[in-house]
Amino acid sequence: MAEVRITGLHKRYGAFHAVRGIDLDIRDGEFTVLVGPSGCGKSTLLRTIAGLEESSEGTIEIGGEVVNDFRPRDRDVAMVFQDYALYPHMNVAKNIGFGLKARKMPKSEVEARVAEAARMLGITPLLGRFPRQLSGGQRQRVAIGRAIVRSPRIFLFDEPLSNLDAQLRDEMRGEIKRLHQDIATTMIYVTHDQIEAMTLADRIVLMRDGLIEQQGAPLDLFERPASTFVAGFLGSPRMSFLPGTLKLDGSAAAIRLSEALLPVAPGRSLNGAVDGQAVLLGLRPEHLTRAHAATPAQGTFRYDATIDLLQPTGSRSYATFRLAGAPVMAELQAHDVSRPGERLPIDINMNRASIFDAKTERAI
Amino acid sequence: MAAVAPVRRPKRRSIPVGRILLLGFFLAFVLWPLYWMFNTSIKPSDDYLTVPPVWFPTAPTLVHYEAALFAYRGLDGLINSLIISLSATVLSALFGTLMAYSLARYNTGGQHLSFWVLSQRFLPPIGIVLPVFLIYRGVGLYDTHIGLIIAYTVFTLPVSVWMMFAYFRGMPKSMEEAALVDGCTRWEAFWRVAVPLAAPGIVAAAVFAFIACWTEFFFALILTSRTAFTLPTVFRAFIGFQGAQYGEAAALAIVSLVPSIALGVLAQRHLVRGLTLGAVRG
Ligand SMILES: Nc1ncnc2c1ncn2[C@@H]1O[C@H](COP(=O)(O)OP(=O)(O)OP(=O)(O)O)[C@@H](O)[C@H]1O
Ligand SMILES: [Mg+2]
Repeated sequence: MAEVRITGLHKRYGAFHAVRGIDLDIRDGEFTVLVGPSGCGKSTLLRTIAGLEESSEGTIEIGGEVVNDFRPRDRDVAMVFQDYALYPHMNVAKNIGFGLKARKMPKSEVEARVAEAARMLGITPLLGRFPRQLSGGQRQRVAIGRAIVRSPRIFLFDEPLSNLDAQLRDEMRGEIKRLHQDIATTMIYVTHDQIEAMTLADRIVLMRDGLIEQQGAPLDLFERPASTFVAGFLGSPRMSFLPGTLKLDGSAAAIRLSEALLPVAPGRSLNGAVDGQAVLLGLRPEHLTRAHAATPAQGTFRYDATIDLLQPTGSRSYATFRLAGAPVMAELQAHDVSRPGERLPIDINMNRASIFDAKTERAI
Repeated sequence: MAAVAPVRRPKRRSIPVGRILLLGFFLAFVLWPLYWMFNTSIKPSDDYLTVPPVWFPTAPTLVHYEAALFAYRGLDGLINSLIISLSATVLSALFGTLMAYSLARYNTGGQHLSFWVLSQRFLPPIGIVLPVFLIYRGVGLYDTHIGLIIAYTVFTLPVSVWMMFAYFRGMPKSMEEAALVDGCTRWEAFWRVAVPLAAPGIVAAAVFAFIACWTEFFFALILTSRTAFTLPTVFRAFIGFQGAQYGEAAALAIVSLVPSIALGVLAQRHLVRGLTLGAVRG
């Protein structure tokens, strides 16, 4: 168990700058998810923490100790790889016990620990098998077993579920979350799947081009994204962005989208914003509902929409319409809408809407 | 009204004439020289050049074997060849594996060193045999086992390195990385994970090296004399003033085949075993 502190970390591959200055504090026992698009440097950061890559600049502390010059084996971390990386010439029991044996633990204790880890993961019947005789999900469990058997200070996961089919992925995701609840060890988990990030994380660190774009609790990032990049990355279906201009009139503020004037929730801080500033209004599908009340509630804007695309999922239907020329998606109850072309009154909840500067794409 | 199902006759398997012919031709092609050689090795000398040939000698004899092995010192050559070829093979596989691993995983020497290693094979042996001969004479390696072992190790190394280099590069790195994180030193990760996984490649490289050493003639001829001479050089003696010693040559050829065949049988099991199968995703 240990906290991790990363200061001013850079990683260059020749001329290519993969990690460009990362500062990160991870508390003891925290489940941190590194998320971001492909190539943003998540794996590089994780591998640098493990000691598999040398940092070009900056320090990494684990448990208050600078570990830059430590070999991977001396950092007391465990890592689960995307391709599992089981040792094909050893059976499951040997695979799990390998790290303990390498650390010269007495044989009887190795056996006891392997048995305990196998029991926790429900793979006791598989102990005598070889990796090639296992299914993807079973291999994944063995890989996790190999990590937990050592009781390391930190667990590192690099997209451990990305090779599993959807159903197994959901199941294993739950198991990893349970594992964290049970052993409460610091975990750093890389994924580019935003659902995994939202469901697993105590804290999400969203990366972009080798830098941290925003970090915080999942719901903070979801509700108060710092930029259109964060807003677009988290949430599925994506947030819709509508270009408009900000109207400031005394204490009342509104956003003009061609002819429509949408009031900004009163009391919302708009620090630094000026009248006439070009902005992007960010609306998530769940901020839009079909209007049922006669008059719109406080902080909502009613719009007569003509649905031009309908995507039913069963319980919900995603309806796309145009608002001031830009497409907007609304998440409606299945019975609220029946067919494309239908005209519906839609209530837009402006209290939850996000506003970004159109040029910098940062939140206002 | 039920339709009457047509009675399906079991289809008679036709005899694959084409295949049998092809295989027969291939077998004859491969086995004919062997048959001829074996036949010659057990024929009395008078039967060699008769017309028509003696297909099956009525009075087989081992005199040619005896002469080839003892009078012509074929047995000494065989023992020398075994010592030299096996030693050079082991050394070549060992150094080749180490060097290839370093090239593949640490990019030692940048992109040029690996090609430079292979380029050593472009050099015609005749270009270096004389300097090597002079050096060997000077330092006392001429006509010694060690001398030929060193020469053969060096000559087989480029191909061993190149084969192992390709093998290591095709092997995912993550298993060795897992071993490093699990608690191994670099050396342990190499020995306990990389080498076992590369075993089929190492065996293949070793087989190549052994065959090259076992059949090498030129260097053995120049660098050895009465002590460390190898089996291929013994064959020189069978062509003399009074004609060729067909029986002795055939007998020794049969003897020299035995280790090659034994090696083939032993190595085949390793060569086909796909060890990395199932290690990673899939
Ligand atoms: N050994 C290397 N040599 C050169 N460039 C590298 C190397 N490893 C990674 N990179 C580059 O560094 C960048 C970050 O790579 P990294 O593997 O960390 O991305 P990632 O965020 O994990 O992406 P993904 O989601 O696709 O796994 C990429 O642009 C990649 O091409
Ligand atoms: Mg990655």
